[in-house]
Amino acid sequence: MSEDLTALIVGVLVEQGAGWEIETSTVLGKETPLFGRDGVLDSLGLVALVVAVEQAIEDQYGVTVSLADERALSERRSPFRTIGALADYAGRVIDGAR
Amino acid sequence: MTVDDAVTLITGTRKGIGKGLAEHYVRAGHRVIGCSRADVDWTLERYTHYRADVADERAVKDLFTDVRRKYGRLDHLVNNAGIASMNHSLLTPASTAQNVLNTNVVGTFLFCREAAKVMATNGYGRIVNLTTVALALKLEVEAIYVASKAAVLALTEVLAKELARWGITVNAVGPVPVETDLIQSVPRDKIERLLSQQAIPRMGTCDDIANVIDFYFKPESGFITGQHLLLGGL
Repeated sequence: MSEDLTALIVGVLVEQGAGWEIETSTVLGKETPLFGRDGVLDSLGLVALVVAVEQAIEDQYGVTVSLADERALSERRSPFRTIGALADYAGRVIDGAR
Repeated sequence: MTVDDAVTLITGTRKGIGKGLAEHYVRAGHRVIGCSRADVDWTLERYTHYRADVADERAVKDLFTDVRRKYGRLDHLVNNAGIASMNHSLLTPASTAQNVLNTNVVGTFLFCREAAKVMATNGYGRIVNLTTVALALKLEVEAIYVASKAAVLALTEVLAKELARWGITVNAVGPVPVETDLIQSVPRDKIERLLSQQAIPRMGTCDDIANVIDFYFKPESGFITGQHLLLGGL
């Protein structure tokens, strides 16, 4: 599921990337830093991404999830530090919701 | 957006002010969504009811998932659901304090959070939270209720800043006493004392509240956010 979720997150980023001022030349993958040092998103961009990913998961997986996490803005352990970390975290949340 | 398209969600619609507001916005041509912990014993055309506890995060998430699927948009939210505890603070158990804070503060927070996610998608939204004149009057024997509404006001002011980026305004209206179940247990002389402190010393009506919400809802009110309007001239 992690690969599918990575693709889902990349899809959301590409679809709305222009609105978040992401460099269109950036190659997006598991290791892409989302937030924090070298991250492609500022804090508001992160909020917008999380909202869009929650909705995409609801549409594609048919489960209602909340990706809110108190560690959102801390770089070290944040599930939002890279696309891969977010995909893994989202997978665990989806499993928990089923 | 035409009025016919507008989708308006109101919490606590089973009775009282919430029910009156549901009727008001159905009459105005909105598609109205309401919720309460129990089912309603009335129906309205263009009105859909959900049974949900506003402080239950899972129930709130499920409600919004359904709203997003069915309507694909949300233009207006009124956080009306609220409970009060008319009791001296020395006689108020912790469980009562928790209940009041859960419904009034956590419930309002969850609905603002989930509504804003849908509204942000469309870059437009109007959120109105209900407070109370008891807040301005620092009314005694309602400590937890007043504290909960102070938190709702603070939430309104901070969310106004956080959500402005997505074209969402967040405002509050503080009604004077209205003939509802909420104030049924309040002694008449206390109501009279309260009314006497207003510039216009009469009970409020649902129309008084709807009038303020109508103003906040107007597309032209997009430059008005983080505001708190008290009724009755306090």
